Amino acid sequence: MAWDEASVAERARAFLAEHDPAAMDRLEFLRARFDAGLAWVHFPEGLGGLGAPRELQAVVERELKGTPDNRPGRIGIGLGMAAPTILAFGTEEQKKRFLRPLWTGEEVWCQLFSEPGAGSDLASLATRAVREGDEWVVDGQKVWTSSAHLARWGILVARTDPDVPKHRGLTYFVCDMHAPGVEVRPLRQITGEAEFNEVFLTGVRLPDTLRLGEVGDGWRVAQTTLMNERVAIGGTPTRRTMMGVVAETWRSRPELRTHELHQRLLKLWVDAEVMRLTGVRLREQLAAGHPGPEGSAMKLAFARLHQELSGLEVELLREDGLAYDDWTFRRPETVDFVGREAGYRYLRAKGNSIEGGTSEILRNIIAERVLGLPAEPRADKDVAWKDLPR
Amino acid sequence: MTLLYTDVEEELRAAVRGLLADTCPPSAVLARADSAAAGGVPYDAELWKALARDIGVAGLLIPEEFGGAGASAREAAVVLEELGRAVAPVPFLSSAVLATQALLVAGGQVAGELLGRLASGEATAALAVSFAASPYAPPAPAASLGEDGTVTGTVTGVIGAEAADVLLVPVRLSHGVGLCAVDASSAVRGSAEGAVRVTTVTSLDLTRPIATVEFASAPARIVARADGLELPWVWEALARGAGLLASEQLGVAEWCLTTTVAYVKERKQFARPVGSFQAVKHRLADLWLEVVGARAAARNAAAHLAEAPAAGPLGDDAAVAVAVAQAHCGVVAVHAAEECVQLHGGIGMTWEHPAHLYLKRAKADQIALGTPGDHREALAGPADLPAPV
Repeated sequence: MAWDEASVAERARAFLAEHDPAAMDRLEFLRARFDAGLAWVHFPEGLGGLGAPRELQAVVERELKGTPDNRPGRIGIGLGMAAPTILAFGTEEQKKRFLRPLWTGEEVWCQLFSEPGAGSDLASLATRAVREGDEWVVDGQKVWTSSAHLARWGILVARTDPDVPKHRGLTYFVCDMHAPGVEVRPLRQITGEAEFNEVFLTGVRLPDTLRLGEVGDGWRVAQTTLMNERVAIGGTPTRRTMMGVVAETWRSRPELRTHELHQRLLKLWVDAEVMRLTGVRLREQLAAGHPGPEGSAMKLAFARLHQELSGLEVELLREDGLAYDDWTFRRPETVDFVGREAGYRYLRAKGNSIEGGTSEILRNIIAERVLGLPAEPRADKDVAWKDLPR
Repeated sequence: MTLLYTDVEEELRAAVRGLLADTCPPSAVLARADSAAAGGVPYDAELWKALARDIGVAGLLIPEEFGGAGASAREAAVVLEELGRAVAPVPFLSSAVLATQALLVAGGQVAGELLGRLASGEATAALAVSFAASPYAPPAPAASLGEDGTVTGTVTGVIGAEAADVLLVPVRLSHGVGLCAVDASSAVRGSAEGAVRVTTVTSLDLTRPIATVEFASAPARIVARADGLELPWVWEALARGAGLLASEQLGVAEWCLTTTVAYVKERKQFARPVGSFQAVKHRLADLWLEVVGARAAARNAAAHLAEAPAAGPLGDDAAVAVAVAQAHCGVVAVHAAEECVQLHGGIGMTWEHPAHLYLKRAKADQIALGTPGDHREALAGPADLPAPV
């Protein structure tokens, strides 16, 4: 059937009439919601959805407002990256096995992509997976893995054929984070805390049933994951918050103001406003069915604005800027730009131009895909991976 | 309110762009600049007539009751984008925006009659106020109205005066201030004779030079008067003009970006296109990002101006939109033109290549109608970011 706003709202209300969240266990409620197709309506029936247009999800959220949620902040990688990839490339068994506990939050997911030797050039990654009968034996090291210490599963890209050029020898797996040989260590950052982990994989045995997509097709599968990552990072609407925090410092500390800082702060206020207007215009284009290339630029602008604002705040604070709130080695669940102090904001914002695609790579993308400038020379294009300089 | 372009606006753009492509290539603009430097007229009268009368851009901002098109700042902004893209030597900003806005704010019988003549394209006007005036600190009148009804005084830094049949000049009155209309159709250029003298100054911007306008007992009609020292017609015209100037700056920046991208794809050094070097690619990616922001800011200013009352003061939101657009677009246009010169290398430094026309227009526009710094300071109040005490 063709779903519309009224029929989806009706289904949500009917579900709520039969499932009183106050009278049942939180997880039972979420599982029932998944089974009723109200988890993500654009997913197929039987997999938590209704096969309905994605925008109708807002109707469900409105109708079910106030009921227990699946703590989306904690399971963002599963929702944003693993789920769309499993849906696109998984077998029926894999979809049935993984999507429900992923959505309910019973099973946390992490992403095993970046390596110490493979950052921007992800396709050069060196973690090996060697086939032994119905199993794969995995050896290597992954890095910048958030939630690895909480995760039940990881989405893993590993090299299965070193004798072909780098993009062609990769295969995509679901990694059992409880398997022997998986070791997770916190990775301390310049802020003092550890949002991320290093993951060491030593002789980890994964059954072939955990392979996602064809052998050697891992790069194409990973593209699905990465496109969803960029959508997630680019869409974070937090710039006003950083501007708001710095403006609040400015207002509350009149004794620290100088004319020179005033001019710089006003310029950044204008930058923030221009970025907001760019986002408004971008959303209008999307709504009109003409998606513009501006989306790829938003993250670049966001990173620069965040860094300049947070740097100005530390400078403004003078003696207070010489202090730091807390170097304790902690493991936060989320990035807290607002709850921490200026020094933390300054240091954490440095990651904004590195994580999820460095600003340099984003400039290459804009130059090549938007402006049509020549692509970077690819010295590694037709060379077997094992023969590349590393 | 939308930040996109409507179909009507795109049609208007296509008409203006088509005309400019046929009649106003960079070579023609450069030739006119050369002849103006040798004493010729800096504006292209034929092109202006075609724009003003045939396409009807002169009357865009003028209500239908005065014979205008009754369009809005949104359409005027699209025209300015195209004129900026061509650095077209026509008095659209000076007559159809600044002078027209002053008359619309002033209102009254004389203003109505003048608006009718401007709308038809029969007459062209200029606002005799320095182009460098900031809407936040407009200058006091430099001329005065005598008891015999004539205007005397000297105004510097005026744009569009050479093309004007009517000069609108702020004046001191024996009590208060006023706005006078002076017939300039018989103005004498560069001579000591005549009641109105217009002397083109050797200007940074070759395609829109400034002039000194001298009034020596010039017969005048009073358009509007006020008791105090404030000149609301001038302020409002400057503020609205500043908001629309952002669209011209967007057009200048777009031409510079597009032209430079095309050039670096073609130009080869070290056996490869110079546009294949990251040092060049990254600069152009950053510039593209700035231009994307400039378009959003300029459209936002135009959209707010389109909804503002024609006569009354701009509301707070519209004033913020204007200041944000000017603070951003003024900087972006200059940066785009500077990158255009730099990334063209040696040819960009020559007189024969049009890049310098855009650099000169962009730099002059940065000063015009308030500098980016002036507009930023004006935002301190609305942003609640108070200055040091």
